Amino acid sequence: MSPSLLLNLVVFLPALGALAIALLLGKERASEIRWAANIIVLVDFLASLLLLRGFDFGTAELQYVTRLSWIPSIGVEYFTGIDGISLTLILLTTLLGSIALLSSWTYITSRIKEYYIFLLLLQTGMLGVFISFDFFLFYIFWEVMLVPMYFLIGIWGGKNRLYAAIKFFLYTLAGSVLMLVAILALYFYNHSVTGEWTLNVLSYYQLSIPPDLQWWVFLGLFFAFAIKVPMWPFHTWLPDAHVQAPTAGSVILAGVLLKMGTYGFIRFSLPILPDASLQFAPFIAVLSIIAILYGALVALMQKDWKSLVAYSSVSHMGFITLGIFALNPLGLQGGLFQMLAHGVSTGGLFLIVGLAYERTHTREIAAYGGLGQVMPVFATLFAILALSSMGLPGLNGFIGEFLILIGSFEWNPVYTYWAVWGIVLAAAYLLWLYQRVMFGELKSDKLAALQDLNLREVMTLLPLALLAVWMGLYPQPLLRTLEPPVNAIIERVHPGYFAGTDVSPPALPSADAARVEQEDEEKSAVDALADAAGHARVRQ
Amino acid sequence: MLEYFWLIPLIPLVGVTINGLFASRFIRNENVTGIIASGCMLLAFLIGAGAFVQLAGLPVAERNVQIELYDWLDAGVAHMHDNEAGVTTARFRVSFGFQFDELSALMVLVVTGVGFLIHVYAIGYMKHDPPDPGYYRFFTYMNLFAAFMLILVLGSSYAMMFIGWEGVGLCSYLLIGYYYQKKSAGDAAKKAFVVNRIGDAGFLLGLFAIFFTFGTLDYDGVFAGAAHYSAGAGVLTFITMMLLVGAVGKSAQIPLFVWLPDAMEGPTPVSALIHAATMVTAGVYMIVRSNVLFSLAPTTMMVVAAIGALTALFAASIAMVQNDIKRVLAYSTVSQLGYMILACGVGAYAVGIFHLMTHAFFKALLFMAAGSVMHALHGELDMWKMGNLRKTMPITHKTFLVGTLAIVGVPGLAGFFSKDEILWNAWAGTHGSAWLWAVGTLVAGMTAFYMTRMLLLTFYGNSRMDEHTEQHVHESPPVMTYPLIVLAILSVIGGYVGIPANLQLGPLAALHERIDITRWLEPVTSGTRAQEAPGTGDEEHTAAVAAAPLQIVGAIGEPVTVVLQEERSEQAGHQDHTAMEWTLMLISTAVALAGIGLAYRVYAGGGVADEPFKRFAAPYRVLWNKYWVDEAYDAVFVNRIKDLGRGLWVLDDALVDGTVNGIANATLQAANASVEFDTRVIDGSVDGGAGVFWSGSRVLRALQSGYVQNYALIISVGVFVLVSAYLFF
Repeated sequence: MSPSLLLNLVVFLPALGALAIALLLGKERASEIRWAANIIVLVDFLASLLLLRGFDFGTAELQYVTRLSWIPSIGVEYFTGIDGISLTLILLTTLLGSIALLSSWTYITSRIKEYYIFLLLLQTGMLGVFISFDFFLFYIFWEVMLVPMYFLIGIWGGKNRLYAAIKFFLYTLAGSVLMLVAILALYFYNHSVTGEWTLNVLSYYQLSIPPDLQWWVFLGLFFAFAIKVPMWPFHTWLPDAHVQAPTAGSVILAGVLLKMGTYGFIRFSLPILPDASLQFAPFIAVLSIIAILYGALVALMQKDWKSLVAYSSVSHMGFITLGIFALNPLGLQGGLFQMLAHGVSTGGLFLIVGLAYERTHTREIAAYGGLGQVMPVFATLFAILALSSMGLPGLNGFIGEFLILIGSFEWNPVYTYWAVWGIVLAAAYLLWLYQRVMFGELKSDKLAALQDLNLREVMTLLPLALLAVWMGLYPQPLLRTLEPPVNAIIERVHPGYFAGTDVSPPALPSADAARVEQEDEEKSAVDALADAAGHARVRQ
Repeated sequence: MLEYFWLIPLIPLVGVTINGLFASRFIRNENVTGIIASGCMLLAFLIGAGAFVQLAGLPVAERNVQIELYDWLDAGVAHMHDNEAGVTTARFRVSFGFQFDELSALMVLVVTGVGFLIHVYAIGYMKHDPPDPGYYRFFTYMNLFAAFMLILVLGSSYAMMFIGWEGVGLCSYLLIGYYYQKKSAGDAAKKAFVVNRIGDAGFLLGLFAIFFTFGTLDYDGVFAGAAHYSAGAGVLTFITMMLLVGAVGKSAQIPLFVWLPDAMEGPTPVSALIHAATMVTAGVYMIVRSNVLFSLAPTTMMVVAAIGALTALFAASIAMVQNDIKRVLAYSTVSQLGYMILACGVGAYAVGIFHLMTHAFFKALLFMAAGSVMHALHGELDMWKMGNLRKTMPITHKTFLVGTLAIVGVPGLAGFFSKDEILWNAWAGTHGSAWLWAVGTLVAGMTAFYMTRMLLLTFYGNSRMDEHTEQHVHESPPVMTYPLIVLAILSVIGGYVGIPANLQLGPLAALHERIDITRWLEPVTSGTRAQEAPGTGDEEHTAAVAAAPLQIVGAIGEPVTVVLQEERSEQAGHQDHTAMEWTLMLISTAVALAGIGLAYRVYAGGGVADEPFKRFAAPYRVLWNKYWVDEAYDAVFVNRIKDLGRGLWVLDDALVDGTVNGIANATLQAANASVEFDTRVIDGSVDGGAGVFWSGSRVLRALQSGYVQNYALIISVGVFVLVSAYLFF
């Protein structure tokens, strides 16, 4: 199998799986559907690991590139590939996807077939976002992934699920529309300069757009990404969506979907609009700091366990945007690392809430107490994930937050001063939560009768806990993977940043350098994949 | 042994792994667990001791052995802030590296030595009749604590120190909350961690400032870079102030001391190990380690000294009236830590470490003896329900007596020497003053008072126990008393490693020639080694590390640094000093004796209650309520923050989300209006049109009247309105 086919396979395997399940397995064969879906995502995860084998970690160039003409009349291509940033996010997505599916085994009891089909389609949608280097293609994936999530919340969610689902959908859609406008502006500007109709992201990297146009385009993209992150004050869809979503939905929402916003900033806003990025940076820093403190303070007072974790996400995502817009290598690397770390730790915390909810059917913190006595394994894993979320050295959260804070300190220590209070508050809300839920006397006989985690449940949490430790103790492999693309972006934003150091920043990937796949068989294979995916989407 | 010193922090982790993973399921034997945990500590101690001896055998210049285990954090290039070291860019690089020098070596011995004794003691202390299911957890955490504490003192950079720093904070949290079913324990644990986190935030800021000033976090590089600065440089003042915030949190100084008294919710061995002997001294260690920076920041030094002196006084005054035996010891610890910080603040770093060491001996002893009493009295903590225990608990009594005499400063015992050195330096040190000395001396008197009070109430006079308790009083088992005896011996002899100048007579002078803690620490505390240390940007060194992550790099066997040890010149006016030193020593001893005498007068009869204090009701109440600091903090900070959180939540719901929902509603209404408009005006006009358009209008109607289409319409109009709203408002 050629390398680029492998990448496309990783992306479309879940959708193909969904198609197969839709066609081959009847509604009543719940158990087979469960097994099939879990095996598909697991295989997908293993396949994504294969990407590591042929990956060149020392370059910022795109790898596993597929480039096919798709709608030549308007210059749309099927253009996919990955760099270090995409690679790590793909691994995060396939891992969290497998875990989310595994966690649904007993949690979901109704409309099982549809549930798994939606989850699988969601996987493909998310993975597609991370590999698309054609704006049209990107936009399609970006929108497509909304649909399954909408249904996941709307059908399998809690009491107020419809409100949450529609709010999530419309809010995100509103942002997307603005992004579309921004993309079109780039499209026409590019044509006016180069005379070429193309939506190729890499060719936009080469443009020097006048600052005021940059300003407007940045604003358009900003709303789309800021809503997705979500940045303060666009965050209010998040607690609703999280609280209502089923566990797997929350895990994926927090773990991957939120990262789309920050990914968008890093992939598009920074390299295409470097001047506007610099101009907007202080503004975004202020919003980030507000998010950090505001999210933490509101999390502190939450009565609902899941809502607390949701607000903690707002706070943590504030750290990430702060790091990104420090616009230096430490901050950006920290931001990217924290995206992965947050996916692991907060994804894990949502699993924790889900496991408790599945047993007691309440998320009210006050209803719990003393769980540590009856669920020691649960208590241990919860502790590790909570500690990683609050950034304890030796665990993953520390590396990300530390790099972000040091990056922001390079930029402006005042920002760091304010952000650092976020880690104090994180300790407060997480430890207080832990105390109220796990410590103290057992509140009721019902709680006393709770079972500790079974093997399957441990298998959902243990990989995340181990990953948290590994990423905290040995972050180098990830940091090395992220460094070349990060340096390329920084050099683009701050030309000459690396002057006088022994680092020579790689260039941003260019459209010409990206190899064009020409083998016919492959072309048809990829077409088939794309068709199949499209077909599956139509069917739902 | 020296080349294996890096194993020291890893050995307790073996204990963590064994006890943490296997003890409760497979080993299922409390003694085995206890022995594994203690054995790890003993092994670490033995390696430490061996390495110490070997280190002492090296020439002074080579007594800094370093090792890098692997590259821990190696990220992008950073631009330095303006600095005088001339560094403009630097790569952020932290290796998982350890260093073993005079200071680390001493700290290792204290941590593992005292730690081992406390582990042994805990084997007995934690054993209860219905076995405590948390026994394994306890020893796992204890070993984990030891590992982090050893990382803290052995790390070769500020980043490594920070790992240990937060790690010990975590273990402290876990162990304070050991009896987690008790709400008070959970509260205390959380309080300890959060208050410490405030300090840690300061530490972090200091750490960042260090990096952007010196381009590295390695001690060697930082201290070498500091040579470019002159005293009083603003950035150094900032850095040291921030580090001080960290130290204040960890070492429980004003204003962040509030967590330590509450930390007594943990089992007593925890109080002895973490909240007396080792962890809380981390702040002192940090200041001493950073002495090169602190010495260049006179303003900070003033603040350090003031905080130390004030804390010593403040905590001692509270300790005078408390009745809970552990609480008195806790405030006493805060007070003694104040002494150590004071010593650092006047520039007597080695003396600070000296007191840290002797305090570790006698305070661990006092805590464990108090624990022994609690053990015998079914967890009783109130001294007014004890009394006359010297008959039934002779060993505990005698060791407690030794500990009391040592902390009070009775001449000849450990505390006398180290406290006297602090007071002398408070008077005569680089940043000393008569005021600092006066406060220190006053605290010596207060210490004597509350310790004597405690001794009398607990072990002398009449028994005030209820009958049931009294019948069951027993001396603790040997596993608990032997550590007490060892520590009692150390509390007696520990002071002779730092004999003050005026007492260097006859055999003491000879001893001083052989062993002197100040001389031992001098390469660290005088900053001489730092000046000669290699600078940053050692490319070959880096390449070697990158090539082989586990390769041992450093000065093992082949000295990297060569320091010419200057002959120490005797200070001028030695004779005057001696006379003055004698005077001050006699005064402070007299004050201590006065404190003992006062306590004896008041409490010797055994007393019935704190009768004499009825005469001083107002000040008594202030002290009894600990100056209402906790209440004030709750009122000013904790509750206000909660209010803020609650307020923001309301705001979030009403205003931020309200806006979103408002836009949605407005959109819906607009959509409804459009539908109305569509049906009545547009559709109506179409309907009203000529029949020619009949077929066309049918198509339109079909398109626009179904449910799905309506929905799509609402969405698109909604999006339009949203977009307009965002664009124009």
